[in-house]
Amino acid sequence: MIIGQIENGIVLDHITAGRGMEIYEVLGLGQLDCLVALIKNADSVKMGKKDILKINEVLDLDLDVIGYIDPGITVNIIKNGTLAKRVRLELPERVKGVIRCKNPRCITSVEQELEHVFRLTDRENRVYRCIYCDTKAGKNP
Amino acid sequence: MKHLIDIMDLSVSEIDEILELAGEIIASPEDFSDVCRKKKLATLFFEPSTRTRLSFESAMLSLGGNVLGFSEAQSSSAAKGESVSDTIRVVSCYCDIIAMRHPKEGAPLVAAMKSSVPIINAGDGGHNHPTQTLTDLLTIKRELGRFSGLTVGLCGDLKFGRTVHSLISALSRYENVKFVLISPEELKLPEFNRKEVLERGGIAYSEVTSLEDAMPELDVLYMTRVQKERFFNEADYLRLRDSYILTPEKMALAKENMRVLHPLPRVNEISVAVDEDPRAAYFRQVLNGKFVRMALIMKLLSLGEKERAQK
Repeated sequence: MIIGQIENGIVLDHITAGRGMEIYEVLGLGQLDCLVALIKNADSVKMGKKDILKINEVLDLDLDVIGYIDPGITVNIIKNGTLAKRVRLELPERVKGVIRCKNPRCITSVEQELEHVFRLTDRENRVYRCIYCDTKAGKNP
Repeated sequence: MKHLIDIMDLSVSEIDEILELAGEIIASPEDFSDVCRKKKLATLFFEPSTRTRLSFESAMLSLGGNVLGFSEAQSSSAAKGESVSDTIRVVSCYCDIIAMRHPKEGAPLVAAMKSSVPIINAGDGGHNHPTQTLTDLLTIKRELGRFSGLTVGLCGDLKFGRTVHSLISALSRYENVKFVLISPEELKLPEFNRKEVLERGGIAYSEVTSLEDAMPELDVLYMTRVQKERFFNEADYLRLRDSYILTPEKMALAKENMRVLHPLPRVNEISVAVDEDPRAAYFRQVLNGKFVRMALIMKLLSLGEKERAQK
C-alpha cells in the first residue's frame, strides 16, 4: 500500500500499534477538511508494528494530550516537503480536559464549568493525579 | 499573591518563619494586637466547623482586625446554586483575606484561582487542612524544640485521617524524622503516602499494629480516632477498638519527655485520666492553633514587619 508524501503537514510516527484511532479521535482529526491518513500496523524495526498518522496541514496540536496517551510518539513537522522539526514526546507535567476525575467528593463533580486538570506525580509509573483532590487518574476513589 | 491550600505550598523556610512569628506572638501578644487594624477576614464556612471558625475569628480579632462571613452553606448564596468561583469573586471585593471550609475536595484551590485576596484552606472535605498541620508543627516545636531526629508515632485511622497525611508530608522534609505507623490492618496508611511520600523521600518508617510495643521508642504520639463506620463488621471494630485507646497504663511505657497530640475532638481514644499527664499536649495544641493562625494571617497580608523591627 502506498500513501504519498505530504508537502506541508504533520506526521505522527511511532504510535503504539492499535492506538492510532484513539489519537485520531482525541485530536478531533475527523473534523478536518484536509487529507488525513491513518496507517495501522506498519512495519517498524524498533517497535515491530506501529501506527502512523499523516495530516496534510500544519496544525496547532495539543502535544500534551498526545504525550499523555502515548509518550513514545515522534512528531514530525513537514514544510515544503522536507522535515522542518522533529519532537519526541514525553509525559507532560499537566493534562487538561482529557482525563475526568471520578471522585464524587471532588469539586469538579459539582462545578460543571471547571476544567479537569491532572498533574504528573510519578513519572516512572505514569501516575497522574487530579490537581483539586489528588485522586489518581482512572481510579475510583 | 500567596495562598495556603496545601501544607506543601509552603517551603520549609516559610513554615519555620510562621512558627517563629507564632513564637514571638505567644511571648508578647500585645505587640501584635493592632497589626491588622482596618483589615477584614471573611470566614466562608460552606459546612459547619465551629472550633476552626472560632479559632480563625479569635486570631483575627486578637490582631485588631475584623471578621465577617457565614457558618453554613444554607446562609450563603451557595444555597441558591452559585458556584465557588462566583462566590469568591464577589466576597473578595469585601475583605482582605478569606478562610474557607468546603465539603468538596479542591474547592479552596478553585477559590484561589479566582480570588483577588489570599485564601486559606480551613478544610476541604477529607482532603487538606493545612492550618491543623501548622498547629501540630508549632506544638511539636514548642514542646520538644525541634523536628529533626524525632520518632513520631501516628496511631489510629491512618487511612482516612487527613491530618495524618499532611503531618507526614510536612515532617518528611526535616532531617532524620522516623515514623511509626500504628493502625489496624484495615486502616493502614494509603499506598500513595507510603510510596510517593515516604519511600520516594527515603524516609524511615515502620508499620505496626500494637500501640504498647511502639510506645517506648516514641518522641511524639499523634492520636486519631478509630471510627466504627470504617469497619466492615462490628466484630472487627470491637476487637480492635480498645487496643487504640490511650490509657495511663500505656503512658507508663513511654519516654519521660514524650508528647501526645490529637487534632480533637476526641471521643474515647484517649482516656480522660491521661489529661493530667504533663506529656498530654492536646489542649495546649488548641491554643497554639490560634497563635499559628495569627502568624499565618500576618504573613499572607505581609503585615507586622514594622512591629517586629521595633522589638
